[in-house]
Amino acid sequence: MEKILQVKDLNISFHTFSGEVKAIRGISFDLLKGETLAIVGESGSGKSVTTKSIMRLLPEHNSEIKSGEILFEGKDLTKLTDKQMQKIRGKDISMIFQDPMTSLNPTMKIGNQIMEPLIKHQNMSKHTAKERAVELLKLVGIPKPEIRVNQYPHQFSGGMRQRVVIAIALACNPKVLIADEPTTALDVTIQAQILELMKDLQKKIDTSIIFITHDLGVVANVADRVAVMYGGKIVEVGTADEIFYNPQHPYTWGLISSMPDMETDDEELYSIPGTPPDLLDPPKGDAFAPRNPYVLKIDLEQEPPFFKVSDTHYAATWLLHPDAPKVEPPEAVKRRQSQYVGLAGVASGAAKLEKSQTPGMKEGK
Amino acid sequence: MNDKEIIIKKDMFAPAHIDPSKSEKISKPSLNFWQDSWLRVRKNKGAVISLIILGILIIMAFVGPMISPYTYDNQNTKHNNLPPRIQGLENVHWLPFDGTLKRRDGTEYNAYEVRKVDAYYWFGTDNLGRDLFTRTWKGTQVSLFIAFMAALVDMLIGVSYGAVSGYLGGRTDSVMQRIIEVIVGIPNLIIVVLMILILKPGIIPIIIALTITGWTSMARVVRAQVLKYKGQEFVLAAKTLGASDSSIIFKHMIPNMFGIIIINTMFSIPSAIFFEAFLSFIGLGLQEPNASLGTLVNDGFKSMIAFPYQMIIPSIMIALIMICFNLVADGLRDALDPKMRD
Amino acid sequence: MAKYLLKRVIYMIFTLFLVASITFFLMKLIPGSPFNSFEKLSDVQRNILFNKYGLNDPLPVQYLNYMKNLVMGDLGVSFQFNNTPVTELIGNRIGPSAILGLQAMIFGSIFGIFLGTIAALKQNTWIDYTSTFIAVVGKSVPSFIFAGLLQYYIAVKLGWLPVMFWRGPEYTILPTIALSMFPISIAARFMRTEMIDVLGSDYITLAKAKGASRFQISVKHALRNALIPVVTVLGPLAVSLMTGSLVIEQIFGIPGLGEQFVKSINMNDYPVIMGTTILFAVLFVVIILIVDILYGVIDPRIRISGGKTK
Repeated sequence: MEKILQVKDLNISFHTFSGEVKAIRGISFDLLKGETLAIVGESGSGKSVTTKSIMRLLPEHNSEIKSGEILFEGKDLTKLTDKQMQKIRGKDISMIFQDPMTSLNPTMKIGNQIMEPLIKHQNMSKHTAKERAVELLKLVGIPKPEIRVNQYPHQFSGGMRQRVVIAIALACNPKVLIADEPTTALDVTIQAQILELMKDLQKKIDTSIIFITHDLGVVANVADRVAVMYGGKIVEVGTADEIFYNPQHPYTWGLISSMPDMETDDEELYSIPGTPPDLLDPPKGDAFAPRNPYVLKIDLEQEPPFFKVSDTHYAATWLLHPDAPKVEPPEAVKRRQSQYVGLAGVASGAAKLEKSQTPGMKEGK
Repeated sequence: MNDKEIIIKKDMFAPAHIDPSKSEKISKPSLNFWQDSWLRVRKNKGAVISLIILGILIIMAFVGPMISPYTYDNQNTKHNNLPPRIQGLENVHWLPFDGTLKRRDGTEYNAYEVRKVDAYYWFGTDNLGRDLFTRTWKGTQVSLFIAFMAALVDMLIGVSYGAVSGYLGGRTDSVMQRIIEVIVGIPNLIIVVLMILILKPGIIPIIIALTITGWTSMARVVRAQVLKYKGQEFVLAAKTLGASDSSIIFKHMIPNMFGIIIINTMFSIPSAIFFEAFLSFIGLGLQEPNASLGTLVNDGFKSMIAFPYQMIIPSIMIALIMICFNLVADGLRDALDPKMRD
Repeated sequence: MAKYLLKRVIYMIFTLFLVASITFFLMKLIPGSPFNSFEKLSDVQRNILFNKYGLNDPLPVQYLNYMKNLVMGDLGVSFQFNNTPVTELIGNRIGPSAILGLQAMIFGSIFGIFLGTIAALKQNTWIDYTSTFIAVVGKSVPSFIFAGLLQYYIAVKLGWLPVMFWRGPEYTILPTIALSMFPISIAARFMRTEMIDVLGSDYITLAKAKGASRFQISVKHALRNALIPVVTVLGPLAVSLMTGSLVIEQIFGIPGLGEQFVKSINMNDYPVIMGTTILFAVLFVVIILIVDILYGVIDPRIRISGGKTK
């Protein structure tokens, strides 16, 4: 499948009063045409910073892209000027934010806010743009769009506002849509509606979506592929099935285990102890080591490289090294892995065997 | 990332032992409220410099009259209207301390030589021959005294009124608030002027006039805070432990409000200095021979063209004091306002 | 809305009534009596004068008479100017004060808004520091100090502008500058805070994400939102102009209300003092009311609320 966006070895730091915070420490991933890639992680893992950096929306005065490339349509977005980025934002790459209550300009009519990118990027006349705005409102499921288009944000509910935000983002049929926790601030029922809407629109407009969330339930609903982030790095990436049914990184194990499901019995609900690392002074080895129940001595010395589990599945954990001891993942994970065996007919152990022939493949160095 | 390859040895794959308590460790040193605020005030260079300047001015206000050979009210009409002259600086002609004046036609002359005056007056003399150096510092003393007293009284009245109003709530609160609204609805200026007219100018009357209406902003702010705290659990906790109303207000709530109280008080000081100067300008200030910065500017204003230094020196003093107080108050507000934590 | 307005107007009248009464009684408390500044009067002559002006009547009677006249728009006659009605005296003087006040207000707000906006847009650069410094100086240094310094350096030493009096447009420049320093500083500080606040909001980031240019974001999105609360600042602005005018008019010899007020204070001319005081109070209260109403009208969140169903 064609790659529409490529992030290569991105390193981003913030310069604060206390020093340099290395927020993103070398991540690489691709976005394929037409797919939905979910980026999962805790607060502080770097998910938002990554996507904001794609749009070059990070505050200029204290953030710095130290190295890396973001390739889109043959251009490196990190090297473009702000003026050049303005042509891409809202037109080829769009973004939806988390809080619909504050994302819209309170003193500007909804219609005008939707018309803005249309007029700017597609040179529409005000009249045409307004018509299109009404169409878009209809598309995202807002009743009586001809009346609504002249109203102000405070006259809409949270779910409706988010629909408007989606309408704005999709106005120019962008190739990439970045959704930064779009449903976190909404009720569960509204959440479901918005997700359905997004999936529907994706088919209609054929856009590729990067979906940021910390909610694995949402991931299961929308994602084709999943990237798990921790401490400013990607620790595991694979298809949704692979991540849910055959996770390999202890952090992913932690995430999966802390999510109760239909099979959860009287087990104690698992939670990952401790707090995320201080990126002012990133740890030497694996950032997850202090909280990792399966930590090995080498985790404290050296960062693990990516180990291949399948063509589409990679995990950065020393546990996949041929010399590593075999460990038992938590109950919840084991249960799922047994389901996976049923799915793909591959024993989890086999993944490691395949590995032992080819020594540590380094990706994202 | 460095490319150096650490040789991976088999024994590195043994499980490591992590001390679980380490992962809960908080890495930044913990500071109490005052240390934290002081750190942030220090970062504000404007506020720090202002604080230093203010310190110097206050010290000089006391030291100045002492080191001067003249008193503030001693008149020597033969020595009137002399420009500033400082020993040692009198030959530095680009500084204004060389004892020269300009005539109408622009020529300079040394007033001391022309009038055969031997003495040195560091800031010059006024039209009655009184030494301006002493008078300026005396005036600074008076202005600062009035301002501090007014600010103090404002604070005491404002805090008590606001705390009681907010704490008692209900109808008492409503009534008290209406009263404030009426007071605020009447232009401050008018009340101040009228009070002075009645009480006749003097240090105490001026202080009274300034404080009659100045406490309202503090009262409002304190009331808002008290209302906020009233609903919080530490108050409830204190109550269940049997604390009385007054001890809840004074021992629990008010210490939490020190920041806001200090900020408000700091801001009311320049406001008081302003009003006092203003009163002097419309003829309602202190009477002769008493001096405040306001009266000095007013007097100096009358001879502005011929003897500009008489107006400029006290003007600069007022300007400097007020700018510094404002900068310090700004800095304090930025430092003590918890919403601005980085 | 109408109910609210009615309540406010009633409140306003009540306040004015209070002001008039308080002023009246305070006036009576002032030691010394009018006519002291006239040539020596014999007691008989003084008594005749007092009778003429009703000053020998019992206090409550004087009060009622005064209030009655007030309601009918009669502010009495001036003591010092031989029976000139106070209303006429005041009327002649409103002109210069109004011109000065309006000029200072307009110039002050516009320049202040401009300063505050660029300070926010170029935060933490020298532009920011300079405009913040100007704002601090404007706020701290009393307007009459500015007036004095401006007069000395620009009018006397450099001779670019006239020193005093009110004989033409160029005469208004220095007073306007002096009077507007405070409004400039208030407007600048305010705009800066509001702009910075607005610039940090989500919808600004969204506007950026739509591809809007810097200019569009600053002006179309941020400025409009930041400007709305400016109306709340007009209150203190107007007050500062009133107090400032008292002294500025004296310093520059401008024949306005302020100068009149000061003169009448020094002469114990009760009716004029009262009249001017009440006028000031009226202005003050009316401005506050206008500001409150304006705010409700300009902010669409307040304007379009309640009644409409979603």
